[in-house]
Amino acid sequence: MDYAKIWFVFWAVLWTGYFALDGFDLGAVFSAGLTARGEEERRAVFASVGPFWDGNEVWLVTAGGATFAAFPAVYAGLFSWLYPALALILFSLIARGVALEFRGKVAAPAWKAFWERTASVASFLAALLFGVAFGNLFRGLEIGPGGGYYGTFFGLLNPYALLTGLLFCAFFLFHGLLWVSRKTVGEQAERAARLAGGAWYLLAALAAAFLVYSWAATALFNNFLARKWLLLLPAGFAVSLAAARLLLGMGRRGAAFLASFAAIALFSLSGFAGLYPDLLASRVDPAYSLTVYNASSSAYTLKLMTGVVLVFLPVVIAYQAWVYRLFRAPLGREELERSGMY
Amino acid sequence: MDALTLSRLQFAVTAMFHFIFVPLTLGLGWLTAWFETRYALSGDAKYLSMTRFWGKLFLINFALGVVTGLTMEFQFGMNWAEYAKYVGDIFGAPLAIEATVAFFLESTFIGVWVFGWGRLSRKAHAAAMWIVAFATNMSALWILLANGWMQHPVGYALRNGRAEMTDFPALLANAYGWIEFFHTVLAGWVIAGFFVMGVSAWHLLRKNQAEAFRRSFGAGAVFALVSAVLLAVVGDRSGVNVARNQPAKFAAMESVWETRADAPYTLLTVPRLSGEGNAVEALRIPYGLSLLAFHDPHAVVKGLNDIPRQDRPPVLPVFLGFRTMVALGGLFILLSAAGVWLWRKERLQDYPLYLKLMVFAIPLPYIAIQIGWLVTELGRQPWAVYGLLRTADGVSKSVTAGQVWLSLAGFTLFYSALGVVDIWLLAKYARKGMEEPVPAEAKP
Repeated sequence: MDYAKIWFVFWAVLWTGYFALDGFDLGAVFSAGLTARGEEERRAVFASVGPFWDGNEVWLVTAGGATFAAFPAVYAGLFSWLYPALALILFSLIARGVALEFRGKVAAPAWKAFWERTASVASFLAALLFGVAFGNLFRGLEIGPGGGYYGTFFGLLNPYALLTGLLFCAFFLFHGLLWVSRKTVGEQAERAARLAGGAWYLLAALAAAFLVYSWAATALFNNFLARKWLLLLPAGFAVSLAAARLLLGMGRRGAAFLASFAAIALFSLSGFAGLYPDLLASRVDPAYSLTVYNASSSAYTLKLMTGVVLVFLPVVIAYQAWVYRLFRAPLGREELERSGMY
Repeated sequence: MDALTLSRLQFAVTAMFHFIFVPLTLGLGWLTAWFETRYALSGDAKYLSMTRFWGKLFLINFALGVVTGLTMEFQFGMNWAEYAKYVGDIFGAPLAIEATVAFFLESTFIGVWVFGWGRLSRKAHAAAMWIVAFATNMSALWILLANGWMQHPVGYALRNGRAEMTDFPALLANAYGWIEFFHTVLAGWVIAGFFVMGVSAWHLLRKNQAEAFRRSFGAGAVFALVSAVLLAVVGDRSGVNVARNQPAKFAAMESVWETRADAPYTLLTVPRLSGEGNAVEALRIPYGLSLLAFHDPHAVVKGLNDIPRQDRPPVLPVFLGFRTMVALGGLFILLSAAGVWLWRKERLQDYPLYLKLMVFAIPLPYIAIQIGWLVTELGRQPWAVYGLLRTADGVSKSVTAGQVWLSLAGFTLFYSALGVVDIWLLAKYARKGMEEPVPAEAKP
């Protein structure tokens, strides 16, 4: 069995899990200015992500750790070549985390407003930067002879990557608005649902532009043309995205949120399927790309880590699912009081 | 400064800052879980107040530990790409396992604990804190097995131009990692014990909620005393382990220059600032150092003069750090023993001077654990992986000094601001004291 190929799948699944999960709390927080009027509504938005954001963020930590263990050269390349971008992502995520935790610790309105703004700006930046980073992965990096990197920080801010950045923001905005519409009550929930309805058109337009631009500027489609069954992934993405809008229109907000979850997941998996077998593609010459064949760990390590993932990831998914069930109730006033001890 | 020096400085800044917040959670989680279990079993509202009070301090502290841990996870790739490529096959595994089996658990169940008061039964809610406490300590185990491998690499073969894992059980059974684990978590428990004693003492001096803070003080004192005594035992094992596996580090810790058998322990040593030999060596205890290093009075202890200069760690900080840590470790046993004794006799409030002392003692275990890690990591230099990869060969080739200047300045400013706010919040809630809450019952 070729463990490097299995690990490509795990690698894709871990990043996908991160985007589909942390996506909604990033989106819910950066759109809080739109969905919440007044202290009580803002409190509902922040309380709605409270029990989840930390557990969601660990998908990122695990994706990072798994990259280190399974594809050390990719871990080293990705993070050192994109050094300034990575530092900015770290600052954003750190600011997001502390802002969510500090917000409720002092009652003064100015204190809360400061951390709410910090959390929103940081969440938006994180969404944008992840999009820009993955846009560059889809496009290919300036990896040259000897595995050297010839790109620059400003080179990362190319139109294609910026479009991907905006697409990520739109994904997370839609996802977060659906979350808020499902988790709040009354006028606030209606407002979030209306906003989500509008955001969907923005998302659909950006997704269409992304597909066209990808066709023109990247090699992402080659795999799909060579193996037609892979088209099930982008097809599933299109169906989920449409379903999310239809379900929202029918007032089935929980189901619409799940459809949006599926859309993000299938979009992300489509992107990884387009990259395969590259993890870090070279724009200079495919010979310099880091692939499942030349960048993976030894079979021994991959086998061990396969066992760890197969045993423990289902357990993680089970208890995280239980937590989502435990805190499934929409946050009306009574629910907020019930969970509002901290 | 070049990218290497700056990267080392950044690693030190970010790791030490991360480690201001992590050790307290290692122990305070257990204590909070203990108080909540007492509440769940007895229904005694005082224990509920204690749970809520210490739990809140736990959370404020936990938040910074979590977010600064992100930096730790990524900067091996950012600043140490050559290191990551060379050892990722074996070093990456424990980090990935840590995230999968421990970090997921603590990050998920901390949310359950914070928001689950009205939704779970008392016992289930207490169980959530036990899970968090267990998972934070489990996290430490995997991280320290990874660090233990850097100190004493095992279970690998050099193949394909890198260190590849060949024997995972050997990595798991690496005594170096386990000794570091026990040493570190016990030190974290001492920090938690002193933190609880110090904050309780502050309130006892003001006669606030005396009963609840007396109980807290007692639990903190017993926890700190047991941990501090075990810490001394593990510390001794750790010394032997270092002497056996890292002679250069051991020689620097004791500032020993001449290799000799029947080595005496020198109580008063003053190393030369030039980094060559000692200016003063006085008050010798015959055979002391040989006993300390190998539990054998006649054992040969290697001196720095027999270690090539390019393989020596910086002697002065390692030596001073080690002596300070050991002295503080002894002090912790005395202070916590006095605490246990006064608490048992119910005479804590008759000794305001002792209580005041304990308030000021809160930072001491923090200082000890920070310099303890400085000894461990500086003492390993010039190696990133002992005997295998030099730190200078591990740094990223594509990262420029300018980039690291920027990120280092960013981290330093940003972390300083966060640290100030977090410590201010900790102090604010610590001084506020306990509330008398209405017991929260799960509604069906």
